[in-house]
Amino acid sequence: MQVIQLIINGILLGGIYAVLGVGMTMIFGIVKLTNLAHGEFVILGAYGSTLLAQALGVDPILTLIVTIPCMFLIGMGLQTGLINRVMLKGSEPALLVTFGLSIILQDAMLLLFTADARHAGAAYSSTILKIGGINIALLDIILLVISLVTILILTMFLNKTYMGRSIRATSDDTQAASLMGVSVKKTYAIAMGIALATAAVAGLCIGLKWTFYASSGGSYLLIAFGVVVIGGMGSIPGTLVAGLVFGLAQVIGGANYGLLVSYILLIIMLAVRPQGLFSK
Amino acid sequence: MSEPLLKVEGIQAKYGDFIAVHSATLDVPEGKIVSLIGSNGAGKSTLMDTVAGLHRPSAGKVYFKGEDITGLPAEKIVTRGLSLVPQGSRCFIRMSVEDNLIMGSFPKGVRAKAKDNLEKVYNLFPVLKEKRNDASGSLSGGQRQMVAVGRALMTDPELVLFDEISLGLAPTVIKDIYATIKRLNKETGITVLLVEQDTQRAMKTGELCHVMLKGEVVLSGPPRELGDDEIKKAYFGI
Ligand SMILES: Nc1ncnc2c1ncn2[C@@H]1O[C@H](COP(=O)(O)OP(=O)(O)OP(=O)(O)O)[C@@H](O)[C@H]1O
Ligand SMILES: [Mg+2]
Repeated sequence: MQVIQLIINGILLGGIYAVLGVGMTMIFGIVKLTNLAHGEFVILGAYGSTLLAQALGVDPILTLIVTIPCMFLIGMGLQTGLINRVMLKGSEPALLVTFGLSIILQDAMLLLFTADARHAGAAYSSTILKIGGINIALLDIILLVISLVTILILTMFLNKTYMGRSIRATSDDTQAASLMGVSVKKTYAIAMGIALATAAVAGLCIGLKWTFYASSGGSYLLIAFGVVVIGGMGSIPGTLVAGLVFGLAQVIGGANYGLLVSYILLIIMLAVRPQGLFSK
Repeated sequence: MSEPLLKVEGIQAKYGDFIAVHSATLDVPEGKIVSLIGSNGAGKSTLMDTVAGLHRPSAGKVYFKGEDITGLPAEKIVTRGLSLVPQGSRCFIRMSVEDNLIMGSFPKGVRAKAKDNLEKVYNLFPVLKEKRNDASGSLSGGQRQMVAVGRALMTDPELVLFDEISLGLAPTVIKDIYATIKRLNKETGITVLLVEQDTQRAMKTGELCHVMLKGEVVLSGPPRELGDDEIKKAYFGI
């Protein structure tokens, strides 16, 4: 029974990890950039949902209607106004810019939102379902569903729409894509917009499940990074599996050794199969 | 004689300080199959990339349908009806054959025709229909070239530039693809510019032949009028 409970907890956690990593893996696969500010964007999304839900007195999930489009626009603006320009000079300067951004964002959030711990509460936050001797928090199920739906929508968008196909084409061969009428810069901007939109979703999940601070971005960046590497640097189905693997490792290691087990796994992975689970 | 469909005038193209194309001038008359030959490193691909908008020229002009398209980006040029099949096919290797082809109808003006055009490409290359769900990276070299040609045709071009599509393919496959291109030109009136290294094949296929040597077009004319010897001399620069 305990093993089943453990596995279920790991899967539930894995959903959040997957949605944490999916935006980063997209940028890695498409723009060929490691976005070191991804964690801060997730926290920005968490603040957005938490504060908006408090101010309006609505369920935090509803705030996605506002945070997703806002984060999308921020992502597009950022890529168009800054990162696309810097990338002309090479990928190292762009990496440095994302590092700088993470520091600026963290300080800005500290200034704006203070150093207080935050948490988004909801009516169902402490409901526990007992199913045949196994305890499952209703919140965890809701968060898993949100994560899975996000990844499903993203996958369908990438596979079934012209825009989605153009994003995949650009990630395979930028020049060939432009020969098909695709503006590479515009595609990068849309990809960054989508990545930040998923960061909004991840932020909501984190705000609902844990308390967070302006300085929490770094630890979530580490998790996202692990998921990206295990999943195969750019593969979205890979991210889902990697999230689950990471979640299970975390649960097996428990509160004390969770991160340790996860990163031992990551290092083994890098040694044995550096291209990740789902990469060719 | 009427205005040529494509007019390249004194194009110069560089990689950094290195001048790969010095001053290339050539015409491609509407409805014709024109060949461009030259040995390795003559600058053929650089010139094609420059015409198609992948590379910005440092001097010269490109006119397509009488309009100045010099320096326009590739994504704009393709919407005007000029499509390049780049050297080495450059398929989207992680995408399925069908998704590769559908990418050809990305320009907004041709999306409505995507279904029809897809059927036409499948008629032209039935093997692609069989492999429609396979990743293009799993195809043979010849099949990849078919995907690249099909993808270019999906953009509904008036002029297609084929950059050495015969490279590395078996003679029978080359024959098939060339026959298909000839048929397309006859049936749909599509204008074709074929880049080749094989002078024999180029002279047999092209109604007009341009020879490139060290970054310049050194000889132009109908292959019959030019004759074997003159073309070979120009090709080798002797
Ligand atoms: N990306 C590049 N950077 C620097 N130099 C290049 C680049 N691409 C081509 N060159 C140089 O430009 C010159 C012309 O190359 P290009 O590829 O246009 O020749 P080509 O006629 O197409 O040859 P091939 O028949 O081998 O394809 C060559 O000297 C080549 O070394
Ligand atoms: Mg070439």
